[in-house]
Amino acid sequence: MSTTAARADGHMPRTTRSASTVPPWALVLCACSLVMLVAPVLALTGQSDWEQVWAAARSRVAVRALVLSFETSALAALICALLGIPASLALARRPRQSVLHGLILLPLVLPPMVSGLALLTLLGKRGLLGPALGGFGISLPFTTAAVVIAQVFVGLPFLVLNVESALRAHGQTYEWAAAGLGSSPTRTFFRITIPLVSPALRSGLALCFARALGEFGATALFAGNMPGVTQTMPLAIYTAFNGGGDSLGTAVALALELVIVAIILMAVATWKPRHTHA
Amino acid sequence: MKHRLVAAVAVAALATLAGCTTPTTSPSTNTQTAADSQTAPVAQAPAEITVFAAASLTETFTIIAADFEAATGGHVKLVFDGSSSLVTQIKEGAPADIFASADQTNMDKAGDLVTSPVVFTSNKLTIVTPADNPAGVTSIADLPKADTVICAAAVPCGAIAAKVLAASGISLTPVSEEQSVKAVLTKVQMGEAEAGLVYSTDAKAAGDKVKEIPLPTDLPIGTAYPIALVAASAHTDQAQAFIDYVLSAAGQSVLEAAGFQA
Repeated sequence: MSTTAARADGHMPRTTRSASTVPPWALVLCACSLVMLVAPVLALTGQSDWEQVWAAARSRVAVRALVLSFETSALAALICALLGIPASLALARRPRQSVLHGLILLPLVLPPMVSGLALLTLLGKRGLLGPALGGFGISLPFTTAAVVIAQVFVGLPFLVLNVESALRAHGQTYEWAAAGLGSSPTRTFFRITIPLVSPALRSGLALCFARALGEFGATALFAGNMPGVTQTMPLAIYTAFNGGGDSLGTAVALALELVIVAIILMAVATWKPRHTHA
Repeated sequence: MKHRLVAAVAVAALATLAGCTTPTTSPSTNTQTAADSQTAPVAQAPAEITVFAAASLTETFTIIAADFEAATGGHVKLVFDGSSSLVTQIKEGAPADIFASADQTNMDKAGDLVTSPVVFTSNKLTIVTPADNPAGVTSIADLPKADTVICAAAVPCGAIAAKVLAASGISLTPVSEEQSVKAVLTKVQMGEAEAGLVYSTDAKAAGDKVKEIPLPTDLPIGTAYPIALVAASAHTDQAQAFIDYVLSAAGQSVLEAAGFQA
């Protein structure tokens, strides 16, 4: 059959040969997944009243949500890098399925509402650390800081996952060589390790930023919903959508903006330089 | 054999996906089927009706629905959320038979999708604080210095709050704007917010977990609750029977016991 034909024709291009091993029903299901994933996003653009969307995109509430979302997500991604790179390094030098590994990746599979409730239980005014924080005059709920904390909580595993697997793939040969030549661990880290994993770091940061931008549940429970302070784009979409139909344009406008950003972030996360030593 | 298994799994996965595409209600929506569904035999086949009710009706409509089920043998499915969220869902084609709103504005937003709304009860806004009142709130004038949570402007409790604050000449920047009155109550009850503006019935329902500070009655603190049939309902007789029950002495006594005014 088709497999025999492919084997007989040794000169067949690689792509065609691998395609022929995909059973037809798998192609049909693949088409189904494609429609399932792409159609809703296309519908979002197709159904829109552009004039209304454009006006809504420039509304005060939409602009404030956009600015707040980008500021907080950028800060969250930065914090994730600061905390995540050392964590990835520590994890990469341990056995693959350690308990530590599971603990760090837990928020990845935790429903966001659970994350929000958990953060509130720890850092809320009446939470475990609330009174201690209050002693320093710090109250986190309803602040922009709470938004960033929620975003770091959900975004950090993405960065760690990416950087750690890159570190594992590279092994420690270069680091050992550098150490053998008298380089200090810190110098090796900045001159060898970071450049080696920079593609993974870039995609990890993009995914981390994307996750922070989309964070909803934990923010709603832990940070609240106030324009300009804690109302990020997903919360603004939820609030606008729940306006009884009056502010649907704002919801659609913000959603479309997030779709555009998502496409850019996907490109950043998956882009591979042509000449890579990796 | 193996292939057939894979195909079966794939079909099952597709079926799951198809299940996912049916319209779902928003995440904060609470769905409850009223207490023990007694299968009392009745003349006409009892259809299940779906009631979309304002969050502030959570306790009372749960009781009323259970009483109605016991009396008629019908089944009532209750969905509670902020009135504006419920209007959004009705506009998106959610399968509701009845809509009970906490204000006329949101009933009006439903437009032709509902028929002949009638006012069935009314409520009034009040200040609540955590039981220990950490910010020492004694009147509406104290709200700006406390971490105060209110409802979003589109939600009835948010619309009244805005009116009340404007009438009393107080400029307040809340720390959060919630999608339903129950979300405001939760933040106050947990002690995360130092004050909140909710209905007096919510304050009463929370009991001693919150402290109620009544607002002056010369402020526009009242709101009337209209109830209406959803035009697309397939069970209008059963739904009308429920509305009649809410308006009956039995239904009204449940509402009054909870602090609603006729």
